[in-house]
Amino acid sequence: MGLIVGLANGLFGAGGGTVLVPALEKFKPLETHKAHATTLAVILPLSIISALVYVWGVDVDWKAVGLVSAGGVVGGVIGARILSKISAGWLNILFGLFLGAGAIRMLFS
Amino acid sequence: MSWVWYVVAGLASGIICGMGIGGGAILIPALTIFLGMEQQAAQKINLLYFIPTAAIALRLHIKNGNVEKSGLLKLTIYGVIGAVVGAFIAVNIDGGYLRKGFAVFLLTMAVYEIMKGYKRWTSKDSKRSKTNSV
Repeated sequence: MGLIVGLANGLFGAGGGTVLVPALEKFKPLETHKAHATTLAVILPLSIISALVYVWGVDVDWKAVGLVSAGGVVGGVIGARILSKISAGWLNILFGLFLGAGAIRMLFS
Repeated sequence: MSWVWYVVAGLASGIICGMGIGGGAILIPALTIFLGMEQQAAQKINLLYFIPTAAIALRLHIKNGNVEKSGLLKLTIYGVIGAVVGAFIAVNIDGGYLRKGFAVFLLTMAVYEIMKGYKRWTSKDSKRSKTNSV
C-alpha cells in the first residue's frame, strides 16, 4: 500500500494522499476520520522529501511562501477542528468533490 | 494589498488540507488564475506551505486520537521508497498517457466516494425520521 502511494506521489507529483484515504478505509480498515488524519501523517514526510528534491537550489518566492504558510497554518488548525466534528458522510462527499475536481484538472492539463 | 490574497488562499487551502482532503486543489488554481503565478512557482509554494500546515494539523489530529499509529512507520517507509522510484520513473518516461489514466482512476474514486457519502447521509436521515416517528 505504501509503495503504491509513494509511486503515485513521485510519478504524478500529487495524488498519493487521494489514493491512500480510500485504501486505508477499505483494506486496513480504518474509520473515515482516522483514514484522513493518518493519511496526513504519511504524506507529510513524503512532502518534506519532495520539497528537498524539488526546491533545492532553485528560485523560490519566499515572501509568497511565508504569506501562504501564515494563512495555511491557521487554516490547518481550523480544518483539523472541523474534521473532528463533521460526519463521515459529509467527509466522503467533500473528499469526492475535491478528488473529482483534481482529476478533471489533471485530465485537461 | 495583494499580500492579503496570498494569506486568504493559504487559509482556504489550509482548512481543506487540515481535513486530510488535499489543499493543492484550491491553492494551485488560486495562485495561477487569480494571482497570475506560473504553474511551476505555484507548485513549489504548494509543496512548501504544506509542511507547516500539515504539521500543525497533524499535531491536533494526534491529540484527538485520530491517527492510527500501528503500521504507520512501515507505511511511511514504503511510501518514501515508492516516491523515490516514482520520481525516477517520471524523469525517464513520457508520462502523458499514464497521467491521463491515473486521472480517470481518480475520477472513478471520486464518484465512488460521493456515492458512499450520499448513502451514509440518506441512511442517517432515514434513521432520524424513524426515531422521530416513534
